[in-house]
Amino acid sequence: MSLTAKDVAEILRLLESSSFDTLSLEMNGVKLNLRRGSAVAVRESAPPAQAPQSAAEAPQPVPPSRKSTPPSEAGLKDIASPLLGIFYRAPKPGEPPFVEVGATVEQDTVIGIIEVMKLMNSVRAGVAGQIAEILAQNGALVEYGETIMRVRPSA
Amino acid sequence: MAIRRILIANRGEIALRVIRTCKALGIETVLAASEADLDSLPARMASRTVCIGPGHPSMSYLKVETIVQAALGVKAGAIHPGYGFLSERPALARVCEQEGVIFIGPTAAQIEAVGDKLRARAEAEAAGVPTAPGGAVDTINEAMVLGREIGPPLLIKAVGGGGGRGMKRVDRLEDLPAAMELAAAEAGAAFGDTRVYLERFVTHGRHVEVQILGDGRGRVVHLGERDCSVQRRYQKLIEETPAPGLSSEFRRRIHHAAVHLAERLSYRSAGTVEFLVDMDRSAFYFLEVNARIQVEHPVTESVTGVDIVAEQIAIAQGDGLPLQQKDIQPEGHAIECRINAEDPARDFHPTPGTVRGAEWPSGEGVRVDTHIISGARIPPFYDSLMAKIIVHGSDRAVALERMRGALAATRIEGVSSNLAFHRTVLADPEFQGGGVDTSYLPRFLEKRRILQEARAHG
Repeated sequence: MSLTAKDVAEILRLLESSSFDTLSLEMNGVKLNLRRGSAVAVRESAPPAQAPQSAAEAPQPVPPSRKSTPPSEAGLKDIASPLLGIFYRAPKPGEPPFVEVGATVEQDTVIGIIEVMKLMNSVRAGVAGQIAEILAQNGALVEYGETIMRVRPSA
Repeated sequence: MAIRRILIANRGEIALRVIRTCKALGIETVLAASEADLDSLPARMASRTVCIGPGHPSMSYLKVETIVQAALGVKAGAIHPGYGFLSERPALARVCEQEGVIFIGPTAAQIEAVGDKLRARAEAEAAGVPTAPGGAVDTINEAMVLGREIGPPLLIKAVGGGGGRGMKRVDRLEDLPAAMELAAAEAGAAFGDTRVYLERFVTHGRHVEVQILGDGRGRVVHLGERDCSVQRRYQKLIEETPAPGLSSEFRRRIHHAAVHLAERLSYRSAGTVEFLVDMDRSAFYFLEVNARIQVEHPVTESVTGVDIVAEQIAIAQGDGLPLQQKDIQPEGHAIECRINAEDPARDFHPTPGTVRGAEWPSGEGVRVDTHIISGARIPPFYDSLMAKIIVHGSDRAVALERMRGALAATRIEGVSSNLAFHRTVLADPEFQGGGVDTSYLPRFLEKRRILQEARAHG
């Protein structure tokens, strides 16, 4: 059994309605990588199965890395979190988010809120353009410097 | 309630020290690290690291709300504050109490009580612990009356000070009024509290402190004393236990004094009661309480076999204090040398930078607490402590010999350090003799300076 175009369309719909940003699926030698918001589905054949040798042999301490996925296209500008705190996409629960993918933002457009012990801090885009990716989850902890969104700068 | 995950609100060697015990206990660790410490060894060794802010401590390690939010965000049941930073700020302990996060340390009220040096002095007096002749003075007149009574030399201390900060020595009574005014103004600027008090200045004093553990319900044990007299401008350089040359009767009295004070406070967690030992009068006076784990705790661990961080965690999660006083039987002698990134030739200026190569000693009776490995960066924002080399031997002579060997086996490349300076102190007959007072290191430095100048001119 292999994936048909219909299957992929169905999976895309599922991802779109889920709270996940990326999906990787591997079956019968076919690898499907989906990323929300970028509308780019990459279909590629899986490389020959190979155990990641060096990493498995010597258990290394996990290098610290701020969570970041590579940008979906070149030239995007990161919006880094100015604070550690809880990230909210909307002014209040139940209200529409400040921005969605595709939204046009100015430098001082508020794109979210970071709560630090009940103190709400507005986060501004810092760059003019169009929101290309939204990485931070609503209601999740974001670290200082973590990329929360990416902007396609206006020319 | 068993603690499953601890947020470590600190950095450097003490963060790694806490991680080590947590690993042994099967507790997950989340390191709250600044941007400057994301590549540090503790960040690699912790189960997880969260970035709390930029390198400057005022924007990261000193932000109470951010630290507590980080703990809540990663679902850590407890916070270990280490030493320095927020460890003795009542605000962190209080916000933890409000938010239901366990603060691994004393209660906010206890930190506040001992943080006010006059209140701590009053508590000590009430517990029957000797204090240096002196007391609170509100006016210059009161100061003159008290100063005449005690007799010079005198020490003006800031109520909000501590750890050597906010003190002024006065050698002549006629200088007291001006010094009082200056001290009050400086205290106001530094601590936001202009109150000062007066104490006798002890000319030949040794710094001896007692490690205590309290269950928070009034039961307290002590883990013996440490002698930290080898210090420069109140910065300790070498610590050892037991304190050389004190009679067992004297030591017993100083241990009991510390225990009585901690019992009176129903002290919770690990703490240290500092004393000044007056060699001329064969007496000891209460100095202050340090309401946290201390840098020099490993010498105590070496001779007692007690893991002080594990005891802190056990007390914090409500297990109480399983240790009985009779279980604690110190064996042998332990010494610690603090290896700092500083240049003794340039008045001990900090020397931040990248450590090109680091080799630390090992072997029987040798312990090294360090976060520095080859390639490690020493950021300019924090203290210069690189490593603590701790040795343990059957007696002081064996321990000294081991320390000489350990220092000889240590290599640090890329930054200046006080390693060679430690070697010269260890080779000095006066230090080898044991029992030096706090004026020893400044005298040693002066002697060395004169010798070097003589050599340069000769």
